[in-house]
Amino acid sequence: MAETTLPIAAAAAPPDAYWRRVLRRFFRHKLAVLGLVILIVEALVVIFGPYVSPYTFDGQDFNLIGQPGPMGPEHWLGTDELGRDAFTRLIYGGRVSLVVGLAGAVIATLLGTLVGALSGFYRGWTDTILMRFTDVMLSIPTLPLVLLLSGLFHPSPPLLVAIVGALIWMGTARLVRSQFLALREREFVEAARALGAGGPRLMLRHILPNAIGPITVSATLAVGSAILLESALSFLGFGIQPPVPTWGNLLNAASPWLSQAPWLALPPGIVILATVLAVNFLGDGLRDAMEPKE
Amino acid sequence: MSFSFIVRRVLGAIPLLLGISVILFTIVHLAPGGPLDIYADNPSVSPEALQQIADRYGLNQPVPLQYLLWLKAMVVGDWGFSIRTGKPVLGEIWTRIGPTLQLGGLSLLISLIVAIPLGIISASRRGSKLDTSLTLVSFAGMSTPVFWLALLLQLLFSVELGWLPSAGLQSIGGGSFTDRLLHIIMPAAVLSLATIASWSRFIRSGMMDVLNQDYIRTAYAKGRSEWGVVFFHALRNALIPAVTVIAVDFATVISGAVITETVFAWPGIGRLFMESMNGRDYPMLMGLMMMGSLGIIIANIVADLAYAALDPRIRYG
Repeated sequence: MAETTLPIAAAAAPPDAYWRRVLRRFFRHKLAVLGLVILIVEALVVIFGPYVSPYTFDGQDFNLIGQPGPMGPEHWLGTDELGRDAFTRLIYGGRVSLVVGLAGAVIATLLGTLVGALSGFYRGWTDTILMRFTDVMLSIPTLPLVLLLSGLFHPSPPLLVAIVGALIWMGTARLVRSQFLALREREFVEAARALGAGGPRLMLRHILPNAIGPITVSATLAVGSAILLESALSFLGFGIQPPVPTWGNLLNAASPWLSQAPWLALPPGIVILATVLAVNFLGDGLRDAMEPKE
Repeated sequence: MSFSFIVRRVLGAIPLLLGISVILFTIVHLAPGGPLDIYADNPSVSPEALQQIADRYGLNQPVPLQYLLWLKAMVVGDWGFSIRTGKPVLGEIWTRIGPTLQLGGLSLLISLIVAIPLGIISASRRGSKLDTSLTLVSFAGMSTPVFWLALLLQLLFSVELGWLPSAGLQSIGGGSFTDRLLHIIMPAAVLSLATIASWSRFIRSGMMDVLNQDYIRTAYAKGRSEWGVVFFHALRNALIPAVTVIAVDFATVISGAVITETVFAWPGIGRLFMESMNGRDYPMLMGLMMMGSLGIIIANIVADLAYAALDPRIRYG
């Protein structure tokens, strides 16, 4: 992530006028709107799908056990080798994968913002220590580290999400730091300081709201990173464990049947791709809308 | 760029390595059962034997002392023994690093050969249909899960078309150049995809910044052709910001190598990592993690040096 000091959009304009402009710019970005639509549709399907589907994610049709069943009117995406409906498992997997993505991104954003804010605001030793720590974290290959943690500690799904979030905050931290470094020198911060505002108040009430654009963008992109990381982890067999489906472990289960039942391996990958792509489009649109280069 | 800069940059990596070693050591020691976990689960290992092993590895010492002993051993190259094979960790890594370097080297080459022209074309035809499509394709490339792409290619080229072998370094009994080339094509392509997508974006934006500058207009005014301007005047400066990204992406490449080597049964250190994960081979895992981190740090140092070499304005005393 590039460490650029971004222009602070319309800090002087009244807030609602600013947000109206952001919305207008956002809705002009076709791909971002497409991304938003994809995500809303996915959210609706994974929330309501399980109530509509006649199958449960672990319900087996014992007549179909032994090998994957083909796609058809009863099982739209076929069945897996244990006779479970692939479409239902895909929807359920979506619940898990999307929640992991969102929660992982929230954790990463909170951590990254905290580290970046302290670093950029206090500078000096605080900055040195926190940034060296960030460098250390950036120097350990992420996927192997998650694999190691997952293999050693056998974490429960919530803990796994926390681990995923705790390993992808570094970009956000660097970004927030550069924002704080620039913003802390601005007149309005100086004015608040002169009025007697202390560190926490300056950071939370005065600087943070002005850095919200870049933070939102990087939080959005973190959803994509978290989904990709969890799916890779589950694909390798060290993520959330079956019978609970995630898009990653569905692909893990489908890979031995690749030549006999390719229809099992296609849908989970397509939805991961579509989701991450939608998130990236959304992030790109938000960036253009919230931080116009003018 | 002076010799002392290189030396200082290398010395600056030592605190990083120490930090990494503390984190890795802590993780393995915090694990339930600690480093002896694998023996503790084994009913044929008696508590007394467990105690003996603990004594032998100094596991009854205070933890900070254990760390120092471990660190000293790592520094002198004594990385312990693999639990699975009983052979020295460093030796095992050494025998498996060749295929990974081949795969990584080839995919680096592919990435550069594809990404640089794509970035240049996009930047010089900014806003055209071609630029827009390339932007979309690179977005898709960055959003594609590596392991899924690997499965798709296997499905298409090995299962359906039968053109390429789906796994391994070479055929059994084979090993000719063509045979090895056929085996490496798919894994290298998979490993290159994400880097091509991300690098071409950075080369595009670097190129666009440069193409707006005055000296480029001067070059045109002198009568240089467009390609002359792009290659002889702009490219070098456009590559400068991209160099940093290439180094940062090295970490992604390592993660990608673990997945790619696993899917294609490529006998490199990425697959060794997964084998060690499945065998809970802690000494091996620690060694591989240190090796991977070392790789990332070296990539960053190389990037800094390349940065200084490409941009004469940068003078590191």
